[in-house]
Amino acid sequence: MSGSVRILEERKTSILDKAMCCNGNGKEIGCEKQSVSGAVSQRACVYCGARVVLNPITDAYHIVHGPIGCASYTWDIRGSLSSGAEIYRNSYSTDLRESDIIFGGEKKLAAAIDELVEKENPKLIFVYATCIVGVIGDDIEAVCRLAEEKYGIRVIPVKAPGFSGTKSLGYKIACNAIMRLIAPNRELPKGKGVNILGDFNLAGEMWIIKSYLERIGIPVVSTVTGDASFESLMRMPSAQLNIVQCAGSSTYLANQLEEQMGIPYIKVSFFGVEDTTSSLVRIAQALGDQQALSKALAFTAEESEKAKAFLKTYLPKFEGKKAAVYVGGGFKAISLIRQFREMGIETVVVGTQTGQKEDYEIIEQLVSDDTVILDDANPAELEEFMLEKGADILVGGVKERPLAYKLGIAFCDHNHERKHALAGFEGIRNFTREVNLSLNSPVWEFCR
Amino acid sequence: MLDLTPKEVSIRSALRINPCKTCQPVGAMYAALGVHKCMPHSHGSQGCVSYHRTFLTRHFKEPAMASTSSFTEGASVFGGGSNIKTAVKNVFDLYDPDIIAVHTTCLSETIGDDLNSYIQEMSIPEGKLVVHTNTPSYVGSHINGFFNMMCGFINYLAQKTGTPNGKTAIFPGFVNPGDMRELKRIAGLMQVPFTMFPDTSGVMDAPMTGRFEMYHKGGTTIDEIRGLGDCGKVLALGQITSVEPAELLEKKCKVPYELMPLPIGIEATDQFVQALSKISHQEVPYELEEQRGQLVDILLDSHQYSYQKSVAIFGDPDTVIGLTALCLEMGMVPKYVITGTPKEEFSKLAGALCEKYGVQDYTVKANADLFELHQWIKNDPVDLLLGTSYGKQIAKAEDIPFVRAGFPVLDRYVHSVLPMVGYGGAMLLVEKILNTLMDRQDRDCEDKDLEVVM
Repeated sequence: MSGSVRILEERKTSILDKAMCCNGNGKEIGCEKQSVSGAVSQRACVYCGARVVLNPITDAYHIVHGPIGCASYTWDIRGSLSSGAEIYRNSYSTDLRESDIIFGGEKKLAAAIDELVEKENPKLIFVYATCIVGVIGDDIEAVCRLAEEKYGIRVIPVKAPGFSGTKSLGYKIACNAIMRLIAPNRELPKGKGVNILGDFNLAGEMWIIKSYLERIGIPVVSTVTGDASFESLMRMPSAQLNIVQCAGSSTYLANQLEEQMGIPYIKVSFFGVEDTTSSLVRIAQALGDQQALSKALAFTAEESEKAKAFLKTYLPKFEGKKAAVYVGGGFKAISLIRQFREMGIETVVVGTQTGQKEDYEIIEQLVSDDTVILDDANPAELEEFMLEKGADILVGGVKERPLAYKLGIAFCDHNHERKHALAGFEGIRNFTREVNLSLNSPVWEFCR
Repeated sequence: MLDLTPKEVSIRSALRINPCKTCQPVGAMYAALGVHKCMPHSHGSQGCVSYHRTFLTRHFKEPAMASTSSFTEGASVFGGGSNIKTAVKNVFDLYDPDIIAVHTTCLSETIGDDLNSYIQEMSIPEGKLVVHTNTPSYVGSHINGFFNMMCGFINYLAQKTGTPNGKTAIFPGFVNPGDMRELKRIAGLMQVPFTMFPDTSGVMDAPMTGRFEMYHKGGTTIDEIRGLGDCGKVLALGQITSVEPAELLEKKCKVPYELMPLPIGIEATDQFVQALSKISHQEVPYELEEQRGQLVDILLDSHQYSYQKSVAIFGDPDTVIGLTALCLEMGMVPKYVITGTPKEEFSKLAGALCEKYGVQDYTVKANADLFELHQWIKNDPVDLLLGTSYGKQIAKAEDIPFVRAGFPVLDRYVHSVLPMVGYGGAMLLVEKILNTLMDRQDRDCEDKDLEVVM
């Protein structure tokens, strides 16, 4: 344990410093736990997890049942793009007031649904129950069921009180909501094509992945949930294969689809040359589609070459640089470590908010011995380890950006505030440019 | 974008669409960040604190530190007593603040957690402090959270020793650190010794140092908050935001207060300067006179471009009242003036301003939302939209020039460092408004009408 970093006893099992070990319970990292009381955690809650998975469904009306905060903090913040409806970019809520807390909010929720259906023409409504809804005893299942009967539309309850677990539980709740939505179509006959799960079309990334698949002759049946619509989701049961991009949020959904509708899945990643290439090849193999396989091999060979040639021009700019990675899911962290390696950058600090045991095992194998691995890190830990390990750039989300800048460390947003697509071969170029832009900005000259 | 917003306005009583407010705790967190070496603490689920920190970071482009009780299923049934006790211990052990400022959330309020007794029961290290306030998210808005947190500090700390400290307390209202700096500059020029409470300058606009500071140089100190009880007077800026803390301090420590609007625009700044002058018995120094004169000069030079331009103004109540006053001084016509905060006082104050300038066709509304504003605009458009970043979609959908001001501004930089208050702040606002209107004129005019000199 390094002397300069002050760490809570309870937190020590969640940090793996391969050189100076503070993995208190033996060999494994402690993960999938709730944050310690009093920690300045970077984590969100169950509601947040559910909301981020369902939010990109473009023609759904997302009604947040609770006081105004949970609706306002999640209003149009995710950067998920739409090729069609823009309904999801509005914020709907019941804005519960004190009298609703005393007398119950069911009536207000029912009235809110009435007011919505009266004026708009919704096909699909999600009703999110936030922290206090269960506590005040609202039966949102009943309200949703009655609304479905009354209007003949889908009104799906998403019971996601923030305190009931971690963000991962929220993902699971969202996946269950999707399963409930598509249940009436479970017997749909299978046709050629795949569902893309766990991509939210940030900066149009879903469109990139979709275009690659189309190029190698694999139809995309449904996208979950980036650029999805009610209609497109209902086609989901007819796919041959699910490909899972964000494993953290959507592996559970893939398992459910496999168990209930017999659709197998593979995990993929489209970040970096190595992972993009192997993902396309593995999808073709999983489908047993020889033609697609040869197309994939040809396409990725050509694109990899171009990407590598592009990267080569940047290599001198990245020489000797070190990266810190702090992202949501473990699978993304793994991709980023590989992608940085392609760029000649060593990853010296790796953290995730919701990584799982298997993810951390892979990460351990990928990084060198003196890399620090953290689960649910707080800013103090991030700061100390980044400085100690001499990180030059941090890849993270919105809360980490100003932290990095204050330390004089470059930054790239790989979360929902990414400004350019980071997936696929286009993403390699964008990511490389962004990393370079931040690492080599003239502003650092004034900071030192 | 938002093309689906129907033109026909329908009565809604249950459904809130596109809010113009958020919940109390984020306001409480912001107020607590304005206290030196203070850790704001959210007594609720871990998601709350994550959202609030993110929200503040997006507006200020600064890290916003706060801790959480991290409620679990068990805490929501048995109460959060053990969570807060563990949290306080951990926060002092790990982050070493001088004071922890606890605010509640909808969850801890609904299950009835009694923070008074929790705090009495907990062991607090020697020389350290824990204060709290109640911020139920289902009452008021983030503005209530801000003033409730101020009341929490006053309740716990302010004392009347009987020996006046010769200072004036300035409550700045829910404004940016840039505003607080400008208010302090003006008070300094007027030679009024003061305590500004809270004071986020030097905290949420801290300079780049190459170190991440958990606690910055800025913030009202604990001793200064204690000393509020010995101040001679309170200048409470923002009639809606600052009245409750001012009343509390009067009740507790018999410190009289003068309630006035946020000093946005000429008249409101004059009022602030006059009040300071009455306290210090000093003439207004030339530096301020000169700045005021420059501002009037600018309004005179440019009045033909702002006169009779209609504007929709939205955001936090006191900020909107201030912006409305400035627009009226520029000869503009505030057509729609709304806040999401449910305070009827707002409608009275904003309405009175419009009446004073003889504006006839105006709508003011508290507890309103942006969907409603959008519908009004669809029916009868305005020349300018003035408010938070959430007006962006309306501006694009209706192709209306848009100036960002207030909280939050999530999609631009520098706003939180520069003031809106004072004569200098007004100049910056006037420049933004004029540039936006005139850029639009240039964009829309025919080639033959494009003029280099305007």
